[in-house]
Amino acid sequence: MSRAKPEDDEYWNSSKFSAFTFDDEDDEFTKMKESKRAVNSILVDDDDDDDDVEKVSWSGEPIGTKSKPFQSFSESFTDTSTRAYAPELRKPKSECKDYMSDWSPEETVRRMRKGRAYSLERFRSLQDKLLLLDEAVSLHDGNVITAVLIYLKRSLSKEILFRELMVREVALRHYVHYLKEMGEQKLLVELMKALGRTEDMALMQYKEHLNIKDEGRRRDFLKSCLSLPFSQDDAMHVQDHYTLLERQIIIEANDKRGEAEIFRKYPRKASILNMPLITTLYYSCFYHYGEPEGTFSSPANIRKTFRISEKQYILTALGARAKLKSWFDVDSLFNTKNWLGYTKKRSPIGFHRVVDILQKNNAPAQVLQEYVNLIDDPELRLSLAQKYKCHDIVIDTYKDLKDRQQLIVYQGKVERGSHEDRKIEELINNMQIRWKN
Amino acid sequence: MYVIQAAAVRGRCAGCLMAQSGRRDAPELPDFSLLKRLARDQLIYLLEQQHEVDKLYKVELKPIVSTADQLCFLIRPRIQTVKWISDVVNLDKAAGRLRRYKIIFTPQKFYACEAVLEEQGVFGDVTCDEWAFYLLPLDDDIISLELPEFFRENFLEGDQRWVGAAGGALRLIHSLYGPFSKVYGIGQCAKMVYESWREQVEDGEQKTQQPEIGNVFLIDRDVDFITPLCSQVVYEGLVDDIFRIKCGSVEFGPEVTSSDKSIKVMLNSQDKVFNEIRNEHFSNVFGFLSQKARNLQTAYDKRRGMDIQQMKAFVSEELKGLKQEHRLLSLHIGASECIMKKKTKQDFQELLKTEHSLLEGFEVRECVSFIEEHINRQISMIDSLRLLCLLSLTENGLLPKDYRSLKAQYLQSYGIEHLLTFSNLKQMGLLVEQQPGETLTVMESKVGKLVNDKTAGKLTDAFSSLAKKSNFRALSKRLVLIPKSGEEYDLRVPRDMAYIFSGAYVPLSCKLIEQVLERDGWTGLEEITRMLNGHEFAVSGGANGTESRIKADSQRIVLVMFLGGCTYSEISALRFLGRERGYKFIVVTTAITNSGRLLEALLDNHP
Repeated sequence: MSRAKPEDDEYWNSSKFSAFTFDDEDDEFTKMKESKRAVNSILVDDDDDDDDVEKVSWSGEPIGTKSKPFQSFSESFTDTSTRAYAPELRKPKSECKDYMSDWSPEETVRRMRKGRAYSLERFRSLQDKLLLLDEAVSLHDGNVITAVLIYLKRSLSKEILFRELMVREVALRHYVHYLKEMGEQKLLVELMKALGRTEDMALMQYKEHLNIKDEGRRRDFLKSCLSLPFSQDDAMHVQDHYTLLERQIIIEANDKRGEAEIFRKYPRKASILNMPLITTLYYSCFYHYGEPEGTFSSPANIRKTFRISEKQYILTALGARAKLKSWFDVDSLFNTKNWLGYTKKRSPIGFHRVVDILQKNNAPAQVLQEYVNLIDDPELRLSLAQKYKCHDIVIDTYKDLKDRQQLIVYQGKVERGSHEDRKIEELINNMQIRWKN
Repeated sequence: MYVIQAAAVRGRCAGCLMAQSGRRDAPELPDFSLLKRLARDQLIYLLEQQHEVDKLYKVELKPIVSTADQLCFLIRPRIQTVKWISDVVNLDKAAGRLRRYKIIFTPQKFYACEAVLEEQGVFGDVTCDEWAFYLLPLDDDIISLELPEFFRENFLEGDQRWVGAAGGALRLIHSLYGPFSKVYGIGQCAKMVYESWREQVEDGEQKTQQPEIGNVFLIDRDVDFITPLCSQVVYEGLVDDIFRIKCGSVEFGPEVTSSDKSIKVMLNSQDKVFNEIRNEHFSNVFGFLSQKARNLQTAYDKRRGMDIQQMKAFVSEELKGLKQEHRLLSLHIGASECIMKKKTKQDFQELLKTEHSLLEGFEVRECVSFIEEHINRQISMIDSLRLLCLLSLTENGLLPKDYRSLKAQYLQSYGIEHLLTFSNLKQMGLLVEQQPGETLTVMESKVGKLVNDKTAGKLTDAFSSLAKKSNFRALSKRLVLIPKSGEEYDLRVPRDMAYIFSGAYVPLSCKLIEQVLERDGWTGLEEITRMLNGHEFAVSGGANGTESRIKADSQRIVLVMFLGGCTYSEISALRFLGRERGYKFIVVTTAITNSGRLLEALLDNHP
C-alpha cells in the first residue's frame, strides 16, 4: 500500500480542516491503514461488563477471550446454546442460573440500549410486553423502542397491537415510521383504518402512485383512488390529477408523432406526461393555440376543465405566445371592447409584470413601449421606461407630472439634436404648461 | 515585511469590517482536532481486524462488480441500504458464490437493521460492527454530526432513534472538554438528549479535569422555524444558499472560476480571505474584496526596483503567500459576481421585501398576492413553499380561503402529488389554516394543559397544529426581534444580530440564547417559554463541588447544540454576539441546514 501520500494524513493529523465525505472517491482507507496508531481507550466502552463486548471477526467468531456474539432478540435461545454457552459454565452457578430470563423490563431495556446481550422471550404476557414497551418509551431511545415493537409485531396479533398503540402516541409513531421504511404498505393502511385516521390512510394509498412507472397503470391506479376518503378539497385535487393524466396520455399519443408544422419548427424537449397542470397549459398554449374548445388539447378546454383563474391563464398564455414572438396573440390577450366598440387594453396582472415577461422574451422596442405606456403608476412607469430606453414615455410622463427640472436632467441623457432632444427643448420652452418647478 | 503590510491593510479596513474588532478578553477555543484523531483511530482498528481492504466503493444500490472474496460496507444505519446488501448476499448465494460480508454502521447500528438481515436470512453471513464517528469538526467553532436525516426523522416522523446518538456526542465532548458547569435547553428533543447524556455519563467514569467548555445550550430546530426559512444575506450563508456547502467545502463551477473546470474549495478559517468576509453582510463584501485586490497589487508591485538580494527574499518569503491570496481572492470575487448576477435582479429585491413585510406583519395582503403570483409564474418551487410557510408562521396560520386557494394554485403549478408535502407541512405546524371558532387564547390554555398531560397522545390533528402555533407576532414583540423601522441601519457597523438579515430581524434562536445567558436561566422568560411550548430547562452541576477550581475562561465558552440543524446565518449571529459579550460560541449541529434543505427534507413528491 505504498500509494498513500504523506499529505493525505493531513486531515487527521493537523488541526487544519479538509473535506471528509462518505462519498469521496478518494481511497481514504488506504491512507488510514498506514497509520498504526493504537486505539484510544476513550472510544471503546471500557466500563462494560465482561460478557458483552462485541467484536466479531470476518468469520463471525468472537475476537478476544471474553466476548460473545451478538444475540438477536428472537433467536437468542438457540444462539446461547450453540455459541455463547461455554463461557457461562465458568461462572458461579448462582449467577449462571436463568441468566437471560431474570432481567426486569428496566434492566432489559437498559441492556438493549447499550448493545449488550438481552432476551425478549420471557416477556410473554400482554402485561409484560406492554411494560417493556412503556419502559423503552420512557428512555427516549428510538432504536430500542423500534426493537421492542418488532418483537411485539411478531408475537402479538395486529388487532391487539393496534389497540395498544392507539393510546401510546410515541410508540405508534415509531411503528408507523418503521412500517414506512420497511415498505409494509398494506399493514400501514390497516393500521390507519383501525385508528380511524381515514384521511391519512387515503393519502398513504394515494402516495403509491409514485411507484408506478407505466402511465396507463398509473392512470388506472389514480382512478381507483377516487373513492378513498379524502377531505373534500383533496378529493377534488385527486380527481384533477386523474383527469390531467388521462388528458396528457391522449395529447402525448397525438403529439409524439409531431406531424404538425409547429413541432418541426420547435421540436419538443420532453414528453408532457406527468407534468404539472400549468406546464400542460403552457404546452397547450405553445403547440395547440387557437384550437376549438371541443378538443382536449386546446387551452380553452384545459382552462375550463381545471377551473384556471383568468390571471393564471393570462400569465401562462402570455409566456407561451411571447416565447413564440406572436405579438399579435399577445395583443389580443389584453384587448377588450367597450360598449361603443373601442378596443382598450385591460389586464388582471399589473402591466409592469407584463413588460417584465415580454422583456425576458426579447420583445422588440415598440412592443415593449406600448406596454410600458399602460403602466398606471407614474413612478413605476418612469423607472421601467428609463430602464428600457422608451424616451417618449419618459418625456410624456415628466410632462404630465409637470416636472420641468427632471425633464432638463433627462435632456442630458438623450442624443443631442435627436428627435427626443428637440421634443424636450420644445416642452421646456412651452410657457403654456404650468410647471411645478 | 509581509506581516507588517497585512497589519496595515487590516488597520485601513477597520472601518468597513468588524471581523477583527470586539472584546479582547475572549478566551481561546478548545482544540477539536482530537475528535478527528479518535474517530480515525477507531476506524483503523476496525479495519485492521479485516484482511486487506483495498478499495472503498460508494454504495449506489447497484449490482456490485467485484472479484473480491470479501465485501465490507461502511454505511449509515438505513433500512433501505441494509435491504440492498441482503439482496447482494442472497444473489451471491443463489449463484453459489462464497464471500464474506461485513457491515460497519456509523455512527451506530440499529436493531431494525439487524432485523432486516435476520428476516432476509443473511444474519450470520453478514457480520456487523460500529464506527462511533459522531463528531466532524468543520471549523474552529463548528462541529457537525452530519446527520441531515435527524431533522425529518425526529420532527416529522417522531422517531427518536437519533436521541441516543446526540446524547453520545454530548458525552464524548463532555469527557474530553468538560465537565460542564451549566446546561440550558429548550425543546422536547433537547430535553431527551439531555437525559440521554446524563444517563450515559452516570454509567461511565467521571473524570476530573480542567474544564474547557463551561456552558451548554441545547435547542430544538422547531423552537424557531422562521430563521432558517429566511433568505440568507451574509456571505457564508449566501454561498450556502446558492452553491450548497457540503461538509465545509464547496464546488465552484465554471461560472465562478471563469475557466472550463470546477474547483473544490474548503471554506473555513484557514482561508484568510474567506475568514474576513464570511460573517459580512453581502453589501460590504465587494468593497472589501476590491480593496484587498488593490493591496495585493501594491504588494506585487514592490518587487519593482528591487536588487537581487531583495528579490530573493521576496520570492522565498512573500511570493507564495501572495499567490495563495491571489488565488483565493479571485475565487471569492468570482463567487460574489455570480451571486450578484443571481441576486440583484429585481425578483430578489421583491422577494426580500416580501419576507421583511411578513416578519414585520406589514401589508400582509400585498404579500399574499406576491406569493400567489410567484406560484402562478412557476418560479422556484422551494421559494414558493418557503414564502407560504413564512406567511403561516408569522400570521399563526393562513385564512381558510387563502389556504384553500394558495394550496390549489400550488398544486396546479408544481404538481398535484405535493398534496403529500402539504400534509407533512401541516403536521409539522409549518403551513396551517387558522382555526375558526373558539378564541385562540381559550384554545391555547386547553391545549397547553393537554400537552403537559400524559394524554398528549390523544390530541387530534387540529389540536396538535394549534399546539404548534408559532405565536411569532407576540414573541417578536416581547423579545424585540424587529428593530424599529424607519431608522437607518448601517450594515457596516452592525449594532445587533439583526444585521444578518439586513437589519430587519434578530434571529429568534440566537436571541433566546442571548437572553438565557444574560439571565443565567429562564427566570423572567416564563411568558416566552409558554409561547414556545415549554420544555425549557437549566441545570447546574456535572462539576460536583469543583466550582472554585473552574477556570474562568471556560465560563465564557458556550457550546450551542442545534438539534435538527442550524444555518450559517445563525452561526454568524452567534459569532457577533460572542464578540459583543466576550463569549466564544462553539456550534454543534446535527447538520448545517438552510431553507432549501429544510423544505426538501419535507417534500413527498417522489417515491
